[in-house]
Amino acid sequence: MAHGAGGKASRTLIQAVFVDAFANPALQRLDDGATLDLGTGRLVFTTDAYVVSPLFFPGGDIGDLAVNGTVNDLAVCGARPMYLSAGFVLEEGFPVADLRRITASMAAAAERAGVRVVTGDTKVVQRGKADGCYVTTSGIGALERPVTLGESQVRPGDAVIVSGPVGEHGVTVMIARGELDIEADLTSDTAPVHEAVAALLDAVPVRMMRDATRGGVATILNEIAVGAGLAVTADERAIPVRPVVSGACELLGLDPLYVACEGRFVAVVDGDHAAAAVRALRRHPVSEGAAVVGTVEAGPPGMVLLKTASGGTRIVDLLVGDPLPRIC
Amino acid sequence: MPGTGARRIRVRVEGLVQGVGFRPFVCGLAGAHGLSGFVGNDPGGVFIEAEGEPPMLDAFTAGLTGQAPPLALVERVSVEPAEPRGETGFHIVPSRRAGVTIGLRDLAGGEFALVSADVGTCDACLGEVRDPADRRHGYAFANCTDCGPRFTIVSGVPYDRCATTMADFAMCAACAREYRDPLDRRFHAQPVCCPACGPALRALGADGAPVPGDPVEVAARWLEEGRVVAVKGLGGYHLAVLAAHGPAVAVLRARKRRESRPFAVMARDAAAAGELVLLEPAAERLLTGVRRPIVLAPRRPGAPVADGVAPGGRDLGVMLPYTPLHHLLADRLAASYVLTSGNLSDEPIAHRDEDALRRLRGVADGFLVHDRRIQVPADDSLVRVFRGRELVVRRSRGYAPAPVGVPWPFPRPVLACGAQLKSTFCVARGTRAFLSQHIGDLENYETLRSFTEGVEHFCRLFGVRPAVVAHDLHPEYLSTSYALDREGVDLVGVQHHHAHIASCLAEHGHAGPVIGVAFDGLGLGDDGTLWGGELLVADLVSYRRAGHLEPVPMPGGAAAVRQPWRMAAAWLDRVCGDASPALPVVARHREQWPVIVAMARAGTNAPPTSSAGRLFDAVAALAGVRDTISYEGQAAAELEARVDPAERGAYPAGLVEGERVVIAGGDLVRGVVEDVMDGVDVGRVAARFHRGLAVAVVRAVCAVGERAGLRTVALSGGVFQNTVLLEAVVSGLERERFEVLVHSRVPPGDGGIALGQAVVAAAHDRLSR
Ligand SMILES: [Fe+3]
Ligand SMILES: [Mg+2]
Ligand SMILES: [Zn+2]
Ligand SMILES: [Zn+2]
Repeated sequence: MAHGAGGKASRTLIQAVFVDAFANPALQRLDDGATLDLGTGRLVFTTDAYVVSPLFFPGGDIGDLAVNGTVNDLAVCGARPMYLSAGFVLEEGFPVADLRRITASMAAAAERAGVRVVTGDTKVVQRGKADGCYVTTSGIGALERPVTLGESQVRPGDAVIVSGPVGEHGVTVMIARGELDIEADLTSDTAPVHEAVAALLDAVPVRMMRDATRGGVATILNEIAVGAGLAVTADERAIPVRPVVSGACELLGLDPLYVACEGRFVAVVDGDHAAAAVRALRRHPVSEGAAVVGTVEAGPPGMVLLKTASGGTRIVDLLVGDPLPRIC
Repeated sequence: MPGTGARRIRVRVEGLVQGVGFRPFVCGLAGAHGLSGFVGNDPGGVFIEAEGEPPMLDAFTAGLTGQAPPLALVERVSVEPAEPRGETGFHIVPSRRAGVTIGLRDLAGGEFALVSADVGTCDACLGEVRDPADRRHGYAFANCTDCGPRFTIVSGVPYDRCATTMADFAMCAACAREYRDPLDRRFHAQPVCCPACGPALRALGADGAPVPGDPVEVAARWLEEGRVVAVKGLGGYHLAVLAAHGPAVAVLRARKRRESRPFAVMARDAAAAGELVLLEPAAERLLTGVRRPIVLAPRRPGAPVADGVAPGGRDLGVMLPYTPLHHLLADRLAASYVLTSGNLSDEPIAHRDEDALRRLRGVADGFLVHDRRIQVPADDSLVRVFRGRELVVRRSRGYAPAPVGVPWPFPRPVLACGAQLKSTFCVARGTRAFLSQHIGDLENYETLRSFTEGVEHFCRLFGVRPAVVAHDLHPEYLSTSYALDREGVDLVGVQHHHAHIASCLAEHGHAGPVIGVAFDGLGLGDDGTLWGGELLVADLVSYRRAGHLEPVPMPGGAAAVRQPWRMAAAWLDRVCGDASPALPVVARHREQWPVIVAMARAGTNAPPTSSAGRLFDAVAALAGVRDTISYEGQAAAELEARVDPAERGAYPAGLVEGERVVIAGGDLVRGVVEDVMDGVDVGRVAARFHRGLAVAVVRAVCAVGERAGLRTVALSGGVFQNTVLLEAVVSGLERERFEVLVHSRVPPGDGGIALGQAVVAAAHDRLSR
């Protein structure tokens, strides 16, 4: 299971199995999507499989998750999301009403994101061979801006921005499983971020973007630091976390920095334009909570350092799998 | 004058022979036997050539071991014949450095010298400092061949002034004369100095600006006014306040962001220490010995120490001055003072001047500093006394880098990276394992840096180029990722509790197999779950998990470590389920309790653990001792402190004997719950729990021992810093006629892990060759 948690184990699995098997330059970059040059123009192509339990949760369901997730992967690659495919793996006996609900929210999400679901496939497997319903979406987006994004563009002095309060999706889903008897005013943050991304790209020089899904913001910051061979220094107090989320995380023993989001992204921008970047983002509802959380520094290379509220400097490491306490 | 029968020998002495007055001793010994020749240091130890009558030469070589100075540790003396030269006199010659002197093997080749730990000020030096007629009267840096800074000022080998931070100071004529005089106490004492030529004190205000006047006088006045003073000592900066000054202690706590972890107190002398704590003879020996650790001893009722110094504890940590500076301050104050490492909570001790001034600004109201650089940071060591012997809890200044000798040679040089909290590392080659000083919690960047710098320094100092690198199995320990990032080495992952037991075996030179009881907070098991109450059948190569404490979920993972009441919820639910009684601890956490229980039941972020430390936490919370902690092991330490020694009862605990022997911790919890419901005094509850757990451990060991045919037991893990439990377990095992190995010089906690990893890695290395 740790291999899906978005941390070091996922990365190792991806490197060892997939990159190896499908070796090509577009894949090797391990971005959220692949940028392809067709001669007539550049496009971005991405795919994602969605599994979530429960399938329906406050603020969303697996359907809009599957649309928004792929839309966001296209968006943070700098593309305008255009077309999606959708694949379903259904467990025998899965209620048709539930499937209708899921497809309806997919349609609504597609409408909201301005994309069309143009092809798809459905398979049914025996009872017990799947957990209700799995969804896979692939997406194509047009790369219309002449920008180059990626870790290689990042340099010391750049500002690191988070587009909104973190951790809402992961905590919402955990509580929605209903095992814990928690009443909390929480909804998933699932949302398309392509408009906010476009506004940001129009406003300031952007180095790179990532959507902070599995593994949370901490994992993205590590990807930035490792990929760029630079350090990311973040300020714990600057990272936006809603009190209800930090309260729930405290209770559940989770670190919000590692909790999944579905409508948040991390952007690295030219440090001189940090304030303008935040202003541009805050004009969009989906990123009205945007904040500068840290800066890129020359060293120590590959490390994410968090200035804690108590004045120390905590190393924010890439989790290997599910978090296990390190305290003796 | 060499007679006609004169012979010449070439002698090599290995061991801890540098920085301990060895060369002057050799000169004296040679003189006493009428020999000519020379002695010097090289990276491998001491080299000697001596010429004279054969019987005298024999007596001389015998004396090298037999009469060596008290701080020296002669491990090997090898003698070979040489061509007589007919010279006169016996001299100390300049040191030979690796790579410079022809004929010396390269550092990696096999020879290396030992660097001495720092040594507390000797009586002779102290006498001079206190003598108004002496030229070192009131001098904070007096030292001689018998005492003074060593490890903390050494930057390289061989041990010579130019390879220490004393290289910054040129000796005056008077000091040079002492240094060169074979009859002087300071003959070849590398850090020799005096007020005319050596380091000097300065007092600085809160803003770092110099303050006029005698610096010790200024600092003493500040302390008397209730201010916090940063004092640059031997291994780093400390923060000081008067121990009896309640408000000052409170201010120090607030500024240091250290809620309740006890502070250590420096007393002027043993008599003054005796007014603070009850000193049994062994404790007094440790207190006054040359290592000068902090000694934990029962606090005397009515001791003139503010409550905030060591809240919640029965013991108080005391130490005696170990440099002239600390003596001067203590003499001037005529009162004990708190001396705690100069850092914010969790950071390593500050030791570089600029860094210290920056980090301690706003914490200290003034600074008492000097201009001798600290090369290597070292915290004060911390020891307890168990059955008249020392039980080192934190091994640092005064102990490191003394090697742990093991009877099994390391086939190739080893680096062991240790654990995560209270981390130390270990480099080893030959038959010696150099366990580092206490580094601290690796979650901090500053600590990680001091770890990596420390590893490099040790490798340089002891000529170790690691070929084998050992690490914990926990993939997220930063020590593990440090190990995994090393290239061109053989990696050996060592299970945490196996390393604990191996550290105990190494300390005793015992190769096993033994029944290892490893009780600690948490360590990753080979099944991916968190262990911590383990019975292993182990030798150096391998182990088998033969038994353990009943596992329970840790609701919230690390949050359950910070909040022992969560462990109380998990255990109470395990034992009583829906019929859980309305204990006070339940009422105190009424709102969150159902969620925590639900997390435990559903396994939501609630990894199972067999940890003994977490069982102590649960009992501490159930008994009303402590619900949340602000430092590691706090709840367990306070539960131990509450034990009523007069209580003889013990909660009965069952054993479940299947493939493994499982101690039913739930039975102990049931006993606690029933007594708490009946209003039994917490002291008796604490005692019955300790004694009940000990009985259960002894029974489990008997069961494992019978099956495995073993009669020797090794006790390790941080829980065995608890001397109440340790005593009960050891005496119980002795009644069952087991041979019991317990820690003394190597910490039972995670500070000893690196040593255990090193010997396990070496055992694997031996097998694979
Ligand atoms: Fe441990
Ligand atoms: Mg994705
Ligand atoms: Zn001395
Ligand atoms: Zn001098």
